[in-house]
Amino acid sequence: MEWETVIGLEIHAQLATRSKIFSGAATAYGAPPNAQTDLIDLAYPGVLPVLNGEAVRMAVKFGLAINARVMRRSIFARKNYFYPDLPKGYQISQFELPIVCGGAVDIVLEDGSSKRIEVTRAHLEEDAGKSLHEGLAGLTGVDLNRAGTPLIEIVSEPQMRSAREAVAYLKKVHTLVRYLAICDGNMQEGSFRCDANVSVRVKGTEKFGTRAEIKNLNSFRFVEKAINYEVARQIELLEGGGKVVQETRLYDSDRGETRSMRSKEEANDYRYFPDPDLLPLEIDQVYIDTVAATLPELPDQKAQRFIQEYGLSAYDAGVLTASAEFADYYEVVVRDLGGHPKLAANTVTGELAGLLNRDGLGIADIRVDAHSLAALLARVADNTISGKIAKDVLEVMWDEGAQADAIIEARGLRQITDSSAIERAIEAMMAANPGQLADYRAGKEKLFGFFVGQVMKATAGKANPAQLNELLKKKLGG
Amino acid sequence: MTALHELTVAELSKALRTRTVSSIELVLACLARIELHQQGLNAFISILREEALAEAARADARLAAGEEGAVIGVPIAHKDIFCTRGQKTTCGSRMLANFVSPYDATVVERLRAAGAVMVGKTNMDEFAMGSSNETSYFGPVRNPWDLARVPGGSSGGSAAAVAARLTPAATATDTGGSIRQPAALCGVTGLKPTYGRVSRFGMIAFASSLDQGGLITRSAEDSALLLRTMAGFDERDSTSVQLPVPDYCATLEQPLKGLKIGLLKEFFDEGLDPDSAQRIRDALEVLREQGATLKEVSLPNLPLSVPTYYVVAPAECSSNLARFDGVRYGYRCENPRDLLDLYQRSRGEGFGAEVKRRIMTGTYVLSAGYYDAYYLKAQRVRALISADFERAFHDIDVLIGPTTPTPAFEIGAKTADPVTMYLNDIYTIGANLAGLPAISVPCGLVRGLPVGLQIIGPHFSESRLFNVAHRYQLETDWHRRAPPGFA
Amino acid sequence: MSLNRQDIGKIALLARLALTESEVPAYVENLSRIMDLVGELERADTSQVEPMAHPLPGQRQRLRADEVTASDQHELFQRNAPQVEAGLYLVPRVIE
Repeated sequence: MEWETVIGLEIHAQLATRSKIFSGAATAYGAPPNAQTDLIDLAYPGVLPVLNGEAVRMAVKFGLAINARVMRRSIFARKNYFYPDLPKGYQISQFELPIVCGGAVDIVLEDGSSKRIEVTRAHLEEDAGKSLHEGLAGLTGVDLNRAGTPLIEIVSEPQMRSAREAVAYLKKVHTLVRYLAICDGNMQEGSFRCDANVSVRVKGTEKFGTRAEIKNLNSFRFVEKAINYEVARQIELLEGGGKVVQETRLYDSDRGETRSMRSKEEANDYRYFPDPDLLPLEIDQVYIDTVAATLPELPDQKAQRFIQEYGLSAYDAGVLTASAEFADYYEVVVRDLGGHPKLAANTVTGELAGLLNRDGLGIADIRVDAHSLAALLARVADNTISGKIAKDVLEVMWDEGAQADAIIEARGLRQITDSSAIERAIEAMMAANPGQLADYRAGKEKLFGFFVGQVMKATAGKANPAQLNELLKKKLGG
Repeated sequence: MTALHELTVAELSKALRTRTVSSIELVLACLARIELHQQGLNAFISILREEALAEAARADARLAAGEEGAVIGVPIAHKDIFCTRGQKTTCGSRMLANFVSPYDATVVERLRAAGAVMVGKTNMDEFAMGSSNETSYFGPVRNPWDLARVPGGSSGGSAAAVAARLTPAATATDTGGSIRQPAALCGVTGLKPTYGRVSRFGMIAFASSLDQGGLITRSAEDSALLLRTMAGFDERDSTSVQLPVPDYCATLEQPLKGLKIGLLKEFFDEGLDPDSAQRIRDALEVLREQGATLKEVSLPNLPLSVPTYYVVAPAECSSNLARFDGVRYGYRCENPRDLLDLYQRSRGEGFGAEVKRRIMTGTYVLSAGYYDAYYLKAQRVRALISADFERAFHDIDVLIGPTTPTPAFEIGAKTADPVTMYLNDIYTIGANLAGLPAISVPCGLVRGLPVGLQIIGPHFSESRLFNVAHRYQLETDWHRRAPPGFA
Repeated sequence: MSLNRQDIGKIALLARLALTESEVPAYVENLSRIMDLVGELERADTSQVEPMAHPLPGQRQRLRADEVTASDQHELFQRNAPQVEAGLYLVPRVIE
């Protein structure tokens, strides 16, 4: 039996407004419990919601960025249910008429191919508070600081066919919302999270299988693991003659499995109806055009430009444009260098990214600024040092904060480009390794690499690799 | 020399500004009468003696300093549905019996800033749900005209307090008739403004698309004076309308010549008590003598207002009252076993039967499978009713008819069947559904009990309503009659 | 439109209202009566008209500037709370 996986994602991104969607309380993360709640967030008797214009602007920005229809008229609706982190006993959301309809996100898969994932809709709603269970003597503590933070809920069509595709889509949307500066994308803090709707069906069938919803996944890794686990679980269940139950599940990262949520109650009947305290949201073309004019160069556009302008591969362009800051950094380096885009790309996506990773830093805390990196790469470009030596210099620049030229001088790292000096080193090496020389001449071609390595060792890595290669070939050929 | 409690707000305003009387004197007089009649009428839930005297002193200081505001020093009672900072705001319910509000409703804030002195919070049907003030957790209010009868509801306390001359004015709210109906049953003037005219911020919500804050006074002139202060755009209420507030007093005296009055055919039905019908006709005669013309109009969908209302209002209230869960404020049950028990018993014990009935009705009509058939259907019928009104107003300036089908009924007479109680609102609900302003003024007595005349106008026509009512009140003295024993 | 005990039970649960056994028959009867009243709506021909959610025509939602206007008043607000600890509102344990 060949199975096909069907995945749809519902992403909840917190919009980076200063104040909440319906009240003037602050949205900053990390405040003491309930320090950022005003009467409206606490659902006191008699209070009323007033809509934050910035949240609307951000939602429209998103809609435009994914080429969706920005709806001229959208309605806020109440989603009614009881839970301690939902103070009004209803969440203000959008149901029948959301602010954004349609749209699509293009993802690049590992094999380099591209796939378009369509978006069903995106709408505005308010976040709920948080429940804490630790150390409260068997009770639950409710912190409503998060209640009322604006969210945009982005619903994809069920067009992803593997966990990898789902992660690619998630990462793309993550990049997009940060490019648009509408969400900080901080998954640990919960500003960007997703629910995955997962089902399987026999390959070739049209009908969708019953799906399970895995809620509140807040890391790319967990998304991938949870989906894979769930797919395996469902297949095993179905192959054993069982049925998949439509339910909500949670991912237990410690155990690496999904679990059915202890049902809070039977299937929730949310009794959606238009919120009478809020009037229809009407947006005209002038407003949309004003917002459109503020759109930055989007990731896909930037990647395309990098491919064309800098002659980079789609893969490299993709890596560099994963964040606007990263891409900007790269462009400053290339500009300073006055060329050598491939060299810059390799270093930025390779060694530099490696150092960021090693120290667990984000681009904002980078230890070598773009100008300094460009200065280092200039020394590679003009053959002062080899690429390999440059790697070491970069690490010193990173750890000690020094500049390239100073390090090269202090450590005497200039490349040896004098042909006769290299020839002499080659001759010395050949004399010292008669056995290998004989083997090489007898046909063991792999030893070429060994010879290169030996000369490099003898010259403390400073022999110009290209020259060394050429001269070595000549000498060995003879 | 007229007793202080006989003076209208307009008269008090003048007396205060000419320093003929002080606010302290007035407030002391009010408090004395309030305390004297509290047991008999039960019109108040909170009597704010100290605070009122302190505010009165401040008002007197402002007057002494030469301030000219029309409302400075005037005593006023607030229906206990308006949040008042630092004071209990109970909404007539056990659920909020000890709730002290940390903020003022906009209405309260504006009247306070204008110098009005709050003497107390008036009794009301629980969460504004009722037409007789019999559902209050704090006991029923009695009609000063006959203590065995209801004052009407839900603003029964405000109406009784004004009728008994305990306070010259009181704020109130109207969702299906809760200002006009008690005003009619108590022989006083009750105004429901256009939806969006008065801010709902701080006015505990019952049915958000129907609720409106207004006034109960002894004359249209008083209402005009006070509405000026209460009304106007509030940025804290998204449904608040950005229209300037006219000087309602400036147009009170305009002659009625040429006024086109529509008589609502559907209102003069078999449900209307014949003697009350006669009073209405007498009142219409008075207006005709002033130059108005009468024309019969039909609003064919109007008879469906009660069923429409009893879908829309419960639906909205079932959602609005979900916040009362024993978690952040309000009543909490003892020793909840678990979360479900906390919710169910806090709400089950905290709310009275009528409130629970409406929450359940609302939950039902919104539930899966019923939403289209009930909620959407009702909102469509609402559109039909609104369209009927709009069409009628093409040819006429105001609609006039009775406020209630009968005068005040006996306490306990209608509590057996909720639907019987609901039918009391039959003439008032239409204006709420369409968001129209409407005023009820006393127009006679039937078997010793007051009858109310209702005047409904197009959106934002309060000036016109006040004008018609005021001209009527210049020619008649029903609004000056006090209940026996309260003169 | 008649409702039965089961309907009442379901509605009461959705609405989080505890009903005692003795209360149920009254609710069954009263709600059935109310729904009879509501049934009259079927008489109206509403095929040509849209549902009206707001009483005034042509109103649109106003937008608010994105400013923080609230300060930390949780101590004042929590004076009304039945059970609070370390700034948190307490409820019986919620199991997820």
